Amino acid sequence: MTGFYIVFLFLVLGMLIVAVTLLLSRLLQPRKREKDKFIPYECGIVPEGEAWIQFNNRFYVIALIFIIFDVEVLFLFPWAVVFDTMGMVAFVEMMIFIAILLVGLAYVWAKGDLNWVKPKPRLAHLAKKKGE
Amino acid sequence: MEPILQFFYNLVPGLADLPLWIAATIVGAIVVVAMFTYIALFALIGIWLERKISGHMQDRLGPMEVGGWHGWAQTIADTVKLLLKEDIVPDKADKPLFRFAPILVFAAALSAFAAIPWSRSFIPANLNVGLLYILSISSLVVIGILMGGWASNNKWSLYGGMRAVAQIVSYEIPVSLSLIVAVLIAGTLDMQQIVLNQSGSILSWNVFRFFPFPFIAFFIYFIASLAEVNRTPFDLPEAESELVAGFQTEYSGMRWSFFMLAEYADMFVVAAIATTVFLGGWQAPFEFLTFIPAAFWFLGKALLIVFVQMWLRWTLPRLRVDQLMYTAWKVLTPFSFALIVFVSLWKIL
Repeated sequence: MTGFYIVFLFLVLGMLIVAVTLLLSRLLQPRKREKDKFIPYECGIVPEGEAWIQFNNRFYVIALIFIIFDVEVLFLFPWAVVFDTMGMVAFVEMMIFIAILLVGLAYVWAKGDLNWVKPKPRLAHLAKKKGE
Repeated sequence: MEPILQFFYNLVPGLADLPLWIAATIVGAIVVVAMFTYIALFALIGIWLERKISGHMQDRLGPMEVGGWHGWAQTIADTVKLLLKEDIVPDKADKPLFRFAPILVFAAALSAFAAIPWSRSFIPANLNVGLLYILSISSLVVIGILMGGWASNNKWSLYGGMRAVAQIVSYEIPVSLSLIVAVLIAGTLDMQQIVLNQSGSILSWNVFRFFPFPFIAFFIYFIASLAEVNRTPFDLPEAESELVAGFQTEYSGMRWSFFMLAEYADMFVVAAIATTVFLGGWQAPFEFLTFIPAAFWFLGKALLIVFVQMWLRWTLPRLRVDQLMYTAWKVLTPFSFALIVFVSLWKIL
């Protein structure tokens, strides 16, 4: 398991290197406290309200779709590794799995959740097309 | 790791008498520092080169003054300036998160170097899940960016951070899917093994096997990886004409420069993955060229891809945010799924 120990070293020492460099910079830099310097930048005017606001729901939907597909990809990796030894069984099973997930993608696509701006009329248009 | 350990045992005989974990720690620390030095040098030269390339592509000269010859010392001067610059943490910011974000982003970018094979014997950590490890450790960058964007308590940062996360997360799918095409061919996730499977001439590289499917996968990977590292035409998270500087608006001095370093490190990492997985890694393109050291081929291929990344910056305009989502979900993802199906079908028949 030396491999993973080295990875651990990389993470820890990486953080340490950054911390040490920041410390060095801190010792060298001038520090003058002026109130105006510490307000958030907003194109030069005094900031209006907080930045911690409720946010567009689109980001949430995309994160949700991502999680579904990322989990799928996680299943695909071991499958790709053992594909040669398992042959036909692996192929058929994964095709079924991919098909199920592609139905999901098609659904999200048709619903318009993959568009950045979700247009409302598109849903009605889709319903009409299906003859509902 | 073992060949590197062996190399140091031969260099310093006393090291072999120490317990394995102490020796591994010492050698590992040396390797980490070497990788950090490499990133720093790569960024120093890369930033200067990028400015020169950009300049010449636009019929300008780029930096010419500092250091004399073609402004070669420009980035060194910039680094010294950044080191001496006052580092401002806004009063209203979430301070622990604000301070931790660049550390996390850089540590994640550095850790990705642990599983990159430079030659037959030089790979810091030869993991059997190397490719998956690099993909997952690089995703930590997303958390760092979101942290920085949110903690700044600045509207531009928040927008930039959210956009960056939506973009990186969306493009992670085509990246992984196109890599799976190559994993299907290689049958392993071990980075060193993937390279060894491609030995021979240029025709046994993964891009040219099972033609044309991995060839297309390579381009999908390249496009998606541009978005992963926020390069033009996918540089919406820090689109300077609309979002000031995106998630890094409130960062200054050394903290900001670690974001920059991490960005350059990530540029190299995605180029290194493309090289390893698709372009034969450190293997020479032809049998008779093997006398040239492996590291030269690896670096040559990876830096060529980095050059293309810089080149594209002045070729393509920035995408709109809806076009960005369109490309990821409606073009690249279905295509890479189709490639997986085709390659596995080819293998089964």
